[in-house]
Amino acid sequence: MPDRAAHESEAVERLFESTLASVERVEEIVGGLAERAGFDEDDLMKIGIAVREAMVNAVVHGNRYSANKKVRVSVVKNSERLTVRVADEGEGFDFEGLPDPLAPENLLKSSGRGIFLIRSFMDEFEMRRLEPGGTELVLIKYKSK
Amino acid sequence: MSVKLSTRQVGDVSVVDVAGRITLGEGSSALRDTLRDMVSKGQKKILLNLGDVSYIDSSGIGELVSGFTTVANSNGQLKLLNLTKRVKDLLQITKLYTVFDVHEDEATAVRSFA
Repeated sequence: MPDRAAHESEAVERLFESTLASVERVEEIVGGLAERAGFDEDDLMKIGIAVREAMVNAVVHGNRYSANKKVRVSVVKNSERLTVRVADEGEGFDFEGLPDPLAPENLLKSSGRGIFLIRSFMDEFEMRRLEPGGTELVLIKYKSK
Repeated sequence: MSVKLSTRQVGDVSVVDVAGRITLGEGSSALRDTLRDMVSKGQKKILLNLGDVSYIDSSGIGELVSGFTTVANSNGQLKLLNLTKRVKDLLQITKLYTVFDVHEDEATAVRSFA
């Protein structure tokens, strides 16, 4: 029963290697949960891209593909929202200093749009520094918004 | 499936049919290699047919921008054809839709090259 599945709470928490294969895997796992939560096709696409960008940020910019560093992913769905947390073990970055990819001088740059796309596609987004090291991105999408 | 690129010639315009996902890794590097190869061979009129592109991420968008500037820097033109709604939405959100010359009809697109 799709309606029942959409209202049931479900949670996944796992550690992933810092690889592009992990990016694909997490996108699949979150996509499955989001589909069971009843998000429509447009939202599924937005969630998929946002989660992919968060994972790429963790694997590439945070952990820099290090075999010694993991990415912790937690996904929780309930009747009203989907919450995805992606935490790396990297050195962190300057949240405030992120260039605006829509500024005319940045428009033709080949990178720097990942965090912007997450902000655009999710209802809530937060970045926090972890102790002793690392960055956690928190992505939330509401079902009714 | 990652990405599949095939190139064909329509008059003096090189059309690249792209299918699949343009994402970080194999997808975006395949597109980069193809465009650089075409530029190095002196091709200056390049039309990217994105009609069968199912998915594109920020890395893929970056490759489109990078390809656009690479071709422009060698006095060429790179134009886009048959954007899916997803790709169009992404280019609009990132304010790149107006940067590219976008077409919905191949014959019109081919004729638009100066």
